[in-house]
Amino acid sequence: MASEAVYTHRDPMLKKRDDFEDILEERRNSSDLRYALRCYIPVLYKELTPCKASELKSMVLQSDQLRYVINQVCKETGMAADEVQAEAAAILEEMAHRLQLSTIRFFAFTLSKVFKTLFRSICVNEEGIQRLQQAIHEHPVVLLPSHRSYMDFLLMSYILYTYDLALPVIAAGMDFMAMKFVGEMLRMSGAFFIRRSFGGDKLYWAVFSEYVKTMLKNGFAPVEFFLEGTRSRTCKSLTPKLGLLNIVMDPFLKGEVFDVSLVPVSISYERILEEALYARELLGVPKPKESTSGLFKARKVLSEDYGSIHVYFGQPVSVRSLAQNRVDRCQFNLIPRHIPRKPGEDIHSFVNDSAYRLVRAQEENMVLKPWVLLASLLLQNHHQMQVAEQKQEMALDELTEQAVWLRDLSRQYGAFLHWPDHVSPSEAVSSSLSLHRGLVRISEGRVQLAFEQAGGQTRPGEPCSTVTPEEELLNQAVIILSCASYRNQALHIFLRPALLASAIHTASSSNKQEVYNSFSFLRNMFSNEFILCPGATVQDFEEACYLLVKTGALQINQQEFVVTERGHRTLGFLTRMLDPFLQGYQVVCRFLCEDATEGLTEKQFVPAVRKFIIRHILTGRLRYTEVLSSDLQKNSLAALLRLGAVQKLKGGEEQGTLKVNKVMVNSLEDTLGGKLPTQKAVVARL
Amino acid sequence: MASNSSGGGSSDRQRIARQRLSRIAGHLQRPADGSSAIVAAECKAHGSQADVPGEEKTVPRRRQEIMKWNGWGYSDSRFFFNKKGQAEFTGRRYRLSGLIIPGLKDWFESTFGASLQHKTPATPILNSSAVQPPTLNEAFVEELKSTGIPLSHDAEDRVFRAHGHCLHEIFALREGKFGRVPDMVVWPNCHNDVVKIVELACKHNVCLIPYGGGTSVSSALECPPEETRSIVSLDTSQMNRILWIDEKNLTAHVEAGIVGQDLERLLNESGYCTGHEPDSMEFSSLGGWVATRASGMKKNVYGNIEDLVVHVKMVTPQGVIEKSCQGPRMSTGPDVHHFIMGSEGTLGVVTEVTMKIRPMPEYQKYGSVVFPNFEQGVACLREVARQRCAPASIRLMDNEQFKFGHALKPQVSSIFTSFLDGLKKFYITKFKGFDPNRLCVATLLFEGDREKVLQHEKQVYDIAAKFGGLAAGEDNGQRGYMLTFVIAYLRDLGMDYYVIGESFETSVPWDRVLDICRNVKARIIRECKDKGVQFSPLSTCRVTQTYDAGACVYFYFAFNYRGLSDPVHVYEQVEHAAREEILANGGSLSHHHGVGKLRKEWMRDTISKVGMGMLKSVKDYVDPNNIFGNRNLL
Repeated sequence: MASEAVYTHRDPMLKKRDDFEDILEERRNSSDLRYALRCYIPVLYKELTPCKASELKSMVLQSDQLRYVINQVCKETGMAADEVQAEAAAILEEMAHRLQLSTIRFFAFTLSKVFKTLFRSICVNEEGIQRLQQAIHEHPVVLLPSHRSYMDFLLMSYILYTYDLALPVIAAGMDFMAMKFVGEMLRMSGAFFIRRSFGGDKLYWAVFSEYVKTMLKNGFAPVEFFLEGTRSRTCKSLTPKLGLLNIVMDPFLKGEVFDVSLVPVSISYERILEEALYARELLGVPKPKESTSGLFKARKVLSEDYGSIHVYFGQPVSVRSLAQNRVDRCQFNLIPRHIPRKPGEDIHSFVNDSAYRLVRAQEENMVLKPWVLLASLLLQNHHQMQVAEQKQEMALDELTEQAVWLRDLSRQYGAFLHWPDHVSPSEAVSSSLSLHRGLVRISEGRVQLAFEQAGGQTRPGEPCSTVTPEEELLNQAVIILSCASYRNQALHIFLRPALLASAIHTASSSNKQEVYNSFSFLRNMFSNEFILCPGATVQDFEEACYLLVKTGALQINQQEFVVTERGHRTLGFLTRMLDPFLQGYQVVCRFLCEDATEGLTEKQFVPAVRKFIIRHILTGRLRYTEVLSSDLQKNSLAALLRLGAVQKLKGGEEQGTLKVNKVMVNSLEDTLGGKLPTQKAVVARL
Repeated sequence: MASNSSGGGSSDRQRIARQRLSRIAGHLQRPADGSSAIVAAECKAHGSQADVPGEEKTVPRRRQEIMKWNGWGYSDSRFFFNKKGQAEFTGRRYRLSGLIIPGLKDWFESTFGASLQHKTPATPILNSSAVQPPTLNEAFVEELKSTGIPLSHDAEDRVFRAHGHCLHEIFALREGKFGRVPDMVVWPNCHNDVVKIVELACKHNVCLIPYGGGTSVSSALECPPEETRSIVSLDTSQMNRILWIDEKNLTAHVEAGIVGQDLERLLNESGYCTGHEPDSMEFSSLGGWVATRASGMKKNVYGNIEDLVVHVKMVTPQGVIEKSCQGPRMSTGPDVHHFIMGSEGTLGVVTEVTMKIRPMPEYQKYGSVVFPNFEQGVACLREVARQRCAPASIRLMDNEQFKFGHALKPQVSSIFTSFLDGLKKFYITKFKGFDPNRLCVATLLFEGDREKVLQHEKQVYDIAAKFGGLAAGEDNGQRGYMLTFVIAYLRDLGMDYYVIGESFETSVPWDRVLDICRNVKARIIRECKDKGVQFSPLSTCRVTQTYDAGACVYFYFAFNYRGLSDPVHVYEQVEHAAREEILANGGSLSHHHGVGKLRKEWMRDTISKVGMGMLKSVKDYVDPNNIFGNRNLL
């Protein structure tokens, strides 16, 4: 019941979704200034007691919870109470937003200009807006947008302003604040800033959580934050971070509000502004520190066509219904509620499950563009040709044929695909390709990834002769990773069937139980990589079986899987989808067994494994360039740590040193490669 | 409000002392009447089997002579809408009796979406043939008859004792439906009668269900349908004498069947009172209070039942339990009184109680305070409790209940009064800026000697002022208390027009009061919607008692059930959900209504497994054969 509130598990094919409306259309036809200055009367929370941002601060500083923690800190450190109080006030000062309408109006004006030049359209599902309006009126609301770009939160506020909805307050990383002017502008448009890490700082945590809760409880404004914690550089959804979700659920669990509505919002960009930036970052070019001038530079560079944006406001999810029959709220009866307590195991797993469901809800409502399918096909083709040592290109009509096939398949799997139906498939394909000119090249009816040829089409101003093989590889990798980031947008559609396809591929027999074991192993292995709801292995397996059987790719005869004639194409596509990840994890394992030095620390891990991978690719032992993604490398390490194959030492001089259980890592590698059957023992240990 | 129900009628407490003197004088002049006045402790009931209705005996054996069989209270008192569509209250027992209440119809129709066109009249006559014939244990009946204790297996008598006043009980009666009813009713006249009855019940394995005033709202009086033995209802109503008054120690020894209004009236005649005034005091009995851990409106001055009881005598299958002395406090292991208080008729029958008494207060004054919103009101009550200066009674009604109270204003006779009312309203809403849809009102009752009351009053009003409270007059206060006595009659009116409802209560720590009020009210509204109720329900609450560490909260909940096929089931689901919400918000299972059978399912969570084991082992020792088989509590 609660699960259905977020997403339906059984039949993704039967999803009815709302229609979109382009909000830029009106902007193109009427005055931006009038729009920015128009009368703005949002619907507010029905139990709102209006208060100013400054009153909010004193409410926080005088709250029982904060007073309790201040007292505690005094006792522990021996500091005077007013000193600690002052420190708390300073933290709050650094953190707090100063939301004011005039700044929003300024943004409404300038963003209208910017958006109109950058984007063809910004499409919003109006029914979602209506649902949101209702939700804001009824209960405190938490907005949970996906995070793919810096644009996200400005875009959110822009849309809410456009529809006369209450403007949100937004949890933003402290790094934004470093941008002098912009930081303050953001603050005045509703952003509040939190430090990226404050692990043990009790006082900070208390101020922070009380601040968020106070705003939420009073219905001051919808609270907005990113479940994924940070922008996803790969366009895959990131496994959710629980800190803020814990905080916003707490008032409900402790009975301080009747309910809280969580609204997942899916923002999909046809072309991401930070596309190449992300790829470089993943390849180890360090992320430039956010700076105002950087942002402007970026904006200048990006004055081209970025296609359209689709923003889907999902069904509000009631925390109350999520918690029904899951959480015993009586557990808070025996200790005063203002005394901070670590959430118990049941609360933790409840919040964790909810977080995964919400991210899944975000994923499911992501609008996919044809290009996403094309990128998947082109990447697969690229690697197949590479293996066959043929020219890595593809005939345009072949690509179109495959794209139409994949379009139909993905729709059957329940994808929210925005394929223009009024034009012919070939037109749809070529217009998609032309938007991504930087990534693909078409010549003489053939399509290939737009690698810069050594000595060929280098950028002006760069020395053209001295390109080492390594540099060439990295240049190629930028293109591949960029393409991969688009393919990744479709991963959630194919993930479960792909896990099954790979399981059938690697399992020692086609017996259902064997395949299930293999599926379960892979699923467990990849649960840091993809959004796989904890404890839903059986459901996922059944969903995958259901989809493959229903689409005629698979038959199940007396507990035996039989791949049908036409199923080979589907299963081939699906296994190739997952293959880069399988290979990537294996390489990381191999690195840890063969190449990792004694005393390797977590910090040194990524550079070291990167070097190892570059060597492997250059010597032709590994074909997937995308394995160079530090995201994949970190995820695989996290998986190995989780499984206990690698341990991280804590404390002392060895802080952060990785201790590798080579036997186990080795056996995991072999199992991934299908060399070892998924033994019960391995499964049990995981 | 004791004065209202006892026919005193006058609210002018300033003349109370004079009144008292005249009453005492009247008492002295009256010829001694053995059956109702204060008598020596001997049991002389057998002589009066003919049941002479004494002038002051409120509850006759045949309750049907004065009370409704399928509704609340006296047969002569009920609300109805007259031909002009105005609400009227019949009879002459209450202040509201014979008056027209012009605002009630509009409030009723707009609150519930009800209409006077859509009626749901009750079955007018108790159809005795629909009552299943009694299963009698002949040997028991024979032996009992030989003792001379009055008994009956008349259908009407049995039906009267088969229910309390839960919604589903009354609803079924209105439809003329009877479930399992007791097979026989006995009326013991004194402690020794009870001893004999219990002995015989044990001997013949008969199930006994004690019956006091019949005001239970916990399904405590329902006969367990699975009970195959003969069920005998032991009606204590004829054990209603004050056996002695000890003015030195300020105690009174009273038979447990006496109902609240008689106890107060009789004590008043001697210049005393117990001060124990539960809302049901017109009908509920002393034994019932003890058995359910009752709470009185004026507990701030007099205490709850557990504070008032000095000595209890209870007849159990194992014999009589009582303490050997009347020391005011003892350290003699766990207090055995606490096995008796709240035992809900599962262990035995309370027959006699020694209770604290107080001289009647010299002066009584009502009052009321209007707050801009409920939050401020709760904050004020909390402060009053912190300073331990609560008046005899202090209650805070929320906005909906304030409006409800307002709708019950009787027609005013003079233009001047209505002009004053208008002025007051203008002052509060326009001049002081109170939002009429948010403001709430606290009602107050002060008691004591005149000077102290006035001093006390000032102290409380000063505190209220700090929370934005404005004194709103005695009249509002008094009307607030009247509401408690007529609310049950109003439910019957609602049931004539598709509206069903009930109240339930809890106790909760101070820091949770606001949260529990908001969440439970919202839960009720949501559940009604989810369960298909077509009209928005009335979901309202009030804080009725303050304690050092928390408060008692009372919820009223009612809705229009047109369009529902099984309204009672819907009602029960909603109430169940509301109780879950209460528990999830740190509220208790019950503050004073008790557990009965209605709330049994939560007992284990409430008192823990070990706690249940303790109670069970007491039951197993005291009543191994489950003679007291009403199956309440455990």
